[in-house]
Amino acid sequence: MSASRLSSMPARPAELVIRGAHVLDPNAGVDAPHDVVVRGGEIAELTAPGAAPVPAGAEVLDGEGRHLLPGFVDPHVHLRTPGQEHKEDLETGTRAAAAGGYCAIVAMPNTDPVLDSGPLLRALRDQAAREARVPVGFMPAITVGLRGAVLTEMAELRAEGAVGFTDDGKPVVEAGMLRKAMRYQKLVGGVLALHEEDPSLSGAGVMHEGEVSARLGLAGIPSTSESTMVARDAALALAEGARTHFQHLSARESVEALAAAKAAGAPVSGEASPHHLLMTDEDVLTLDTRRKMNPPLRTEADRQAIVAALRDGTIECIATDHAPHAHDEKDVPFEAAPMGTTGLETAFAAVYTGLVKPGVLALELVVERLTAGARLMGLPTPRIAPGEPANLCLVDLEVEWQVGESGYESRSASSCFAGRTLSGRVLLTIAAGAVAYRERSFAVSAA
Amino acid sequence: MSSRHLLSIEDLDRSGIERILARAASFAEVSGREIKKLPTLRGRRVLNLFYENSTRTRSSFEIAAKTLSADVTNFNVSGSSVEKGESLKDTVQTLSAYDPAAIVIRHPHAGAAALVANWTPAAVVNAGDGKHEHPTQALLDVFTLTRRIGALDGKRIWIVGDVEHSRVARSNVLAFTRMGAHVTVCGPPTLIPRGIEALGCDVRFTLDELRDADVVYALRMQNERMKDAYLPSLREYVATYQINGRRLGPRQVLMHPGPVNRGVELSGDVVDSPQAVISAQVEAGVVVRMAVLYELLAGARTPSPQPAHRVLA
Repeated sequence: MSASRLSSMPARPAELVIRGAHVLDPNAGVDAPHDVVVRGGEIAELTAPGAAPVPAGAEVLDGEGRHLLPGFVDPHVHLRTPGQEHKEDLETGTRAAAAGGYCAIVAMPNTDPVLDSGPLLRALRDQAAREARVPVGFMPAITVGLRGAVLTEMAELRAEGAVGFTDDGKPVVEAGMLRKAMRYQKLVGGVLALHEEDPSLSGAGVMHEGEVSARLGLAGIPSTSESTMVARDAALALAEGARTHFQHLSARESVEALAAAKAAGAPVSGEASPHHLLMTDEDVLTLDTRRKMNPPLRTEADRQAIVAALRDGTIECIATDHAPHAHDEKDVPFEAAPMGTTGLETAFAAVYTGLVKPGVLALELVVERLTAGARLMGLPTPRIAPGEPANLCLVDLEVEWQVGESGYESRSASSCFAGRTLSGRVLLTIAAGAVAYRERSFAVSAA
Repeated sequence: MSSRHLLSIEDLDRSGIERILARAASFAEVSGREIKKLPTLRGRRVLNLFYENSTRTRSSFEIAAKTLSADVTNFNVSGSSVEKGESLKDTVQTLSAYDPAAIVIRHPHAGAAALVANWTPAAVVNAGDGKHEHPTQALLDVFTLTRRIGALDGKRIWIVGDVEHSRVARSNVLAFTRMGAHVTVCGPPTLIPRGIEALGCDVRFTLDELRDADVVYALRMQNERMKDAYLPSLREYVATYQINGRRLGPRQVLMHPGPVNRGVELSGDVVDSPQAVISAQVEAGVVVRMAVLYELLAGARTPSPQPAHRVLA
C-alpha cells in the first residue's frame, strides 16, 4: 500500500476552518473562494465563503485574498541523512519542505553510507517517524554503493517501503546494468529514477559547455552528456516496458529525446527543477558557487525548451533537487565547490514570480506540476476534497520577500536565488492532516 | 586603474591599458640605470601567494616589487598549512593579518583572485587563475608588441595552440581586441573551446591563412594533452601546428609566453630568429608588473596604524 511508503513524526490532527480563501486544486477541479473545514486532520467540507460552521475547539484562519492550494510533492530532495547531517538532517530538511508548502517529499540515497540495504532503510524510516515534520519517502540506490556494479536487494527494500530506486548524483553508466535493473523491476515494482549523465562526456566539467564556459576558462559539460543518456535509457525503457523517470532535465535535446520516447510509447516521465526553469549559464558569469549544480544551468534556448515541455506535459512535474551544502563548502573557488542548490523554500515563489506573474504559465498548471510528483512516484495525490486527508498550503501571492543569506528552515543557506525578490509566500502548510508550518507573521485570527 | 585590484582584463578599457603601458614605459628607463631602485613602495608589503609552481611569473613579480622598494614575501604552497588542509579563505585571512599592501595570487581555479579580493583589505593582483585569465601576461604582451610594431589598430594577431587550457589565450584575446587588433585563435578542434568566439575572435583549425597574420603568438603545448587523448600524437601536432621557418614569414612577429618547448610548438630556428620577441616579453614582464603595482598602490594611502589595544600573546 503506497501510503505506508511515507514516514513522519506523529502530530496532533488539525482542527480548523480556513475562511474565504481562493481554493485552487486542478486535481480536484476546484477554482473558487470557499471556506474549508478541517476536522481530525481530514477535509470535512468545502462551503461558500463565510458559511462554514466552526466546530468546537477549531481554530479559524482568515484566508481572504489568499490562495489555498493542495500541498506540493517533491520527488527529488537530498536530506543528507545519514552521514552528512552538517548539511541537512531529517528535521531541518522536512521543516524546509513544510515552509515551502510541501506535504510530502522523496529523499535520495547518495548519503554516507549510501542507502542501499533493507536494514538501513528501516532505520532511516524509524528516524523519520521521530523527526520528519512532513511525510518522507525514501528512494534507495539501484546499485550497491551507487557503484553501478551490483543490484541492491530491491525486493527487500520494497518490502521495507522503498518508493522506487535511483543512483541519483550518478548515472547508471553501463547500459547492461540498467537493463538488469529494468528487468528486475518486474518483480519488485517502483519507479526507476535516473540522473542522466555520460561521465565520458561530462568529464571534469563544472558548468554548461558554451560561450560562458569558454569565457571563464571552465571545463564544460555538453548537453549531449545528458541527452544521449536520456535517448539510450528511453530506448531501454521502451524495450523492457520499465517505468522510468528522468530527473532534473536541463537540455533542449533531452526534452526532444523524452518527447520522442513518449511518442513511441515508452513508460517514461520527466521532471524539471526551478533553477533550470528560471536561470541560464549567463547567471554563472559571477562564479557564484550557489549556482553550481549538476546538471548545470544551460542556455536560454534550453531554458525555454524546459519551460515549454513543462507547459505541454512532456515534463510532468517540478522537482527541486534540493541539495544543501554547508557555507564553508561553498565558500571556495567555483571549480572546487560541490554541486547543488537548495530549493524547497523558494520553489513556489520562484516559479510563481518568474513564470506565472509574467503570464508564461498558468497558476493552475504550476500547482498541478508541483503535485504531480506524487502520481509519478506512486504516492497518493493530495486533493482538496471532502474525506481526503488534509494536505494543504495557504499562500499569499501578493507578499514580496527577498531571498536572503539567512532565515531558512534548511540548515543550508546556499540558494541560487539569493538576492532575488520573489512574490508569493507560504503562510501555512498542513501535511498528512497536521499543521507542519506556520509563517511567523501569520497571526491566528479571532473566531 | 578604476578598481583597487587587477583581476581580469575585462575590468580594463583601452585607456586603462594605455595608462599602465605608459607607466611601464617610464619604468623601462629605470631598468637601464645602474641602480635599479625606486623608493615608491618603501615600507609596503607585497605577498606572492602561489598555489602553482611558476618560477618565471613569481620572480618577475618579486623583482618588480623589489625595484619599487617594497618588502616581498613569497608563500609557496608546498610544505605550508595549505597542505594541512587549510582553506583558501583561511589562508588569505591569516596572511592579511600581516597587513600586506598587495597580494599577488596564482591559483589553479578560475575566479580565485576575485574571491581573495573579497576576503582581504589588500590590493589583489591576479597572476593566473585556473584557465581563466592571466592579465599581467596580456599587458606585458601588448607592451612588447606596441614597442615593436606600434599601435595595434587593425593588426592581425594569430594565437596558435592549446587555447582550451590557456589563461594566456583568454586574457590576450581580450587585451589585443581592446587595443584594436583583429585576433584569430587557431589549434586542434579538440583544444579550441566551444563558444570562444564570444570573446571577439575568429577561429581557424589550420594554419593555411597564417600568412595573413602580422603577429603569431604560439602557446605552450603540454605533454598531458597527449595523455588525456586530446591529440593523437605530438608528432601530428608538430606536423600540423608547429610554427617553424617554413611557416613563419620574414615580416611576422613571433611571441610565446614561455617556457618554450623547442621542437614542439616552435622550431628551434624561429625561437632564435630576429622575428621572435620572446626575451623582450620577459623583460617587459618586470616593468609592466611594476606599473601595475604602482597604479594599485602608489595612490592608495597606507592604512593608519591600529590603536595599541591589540593583545600581544
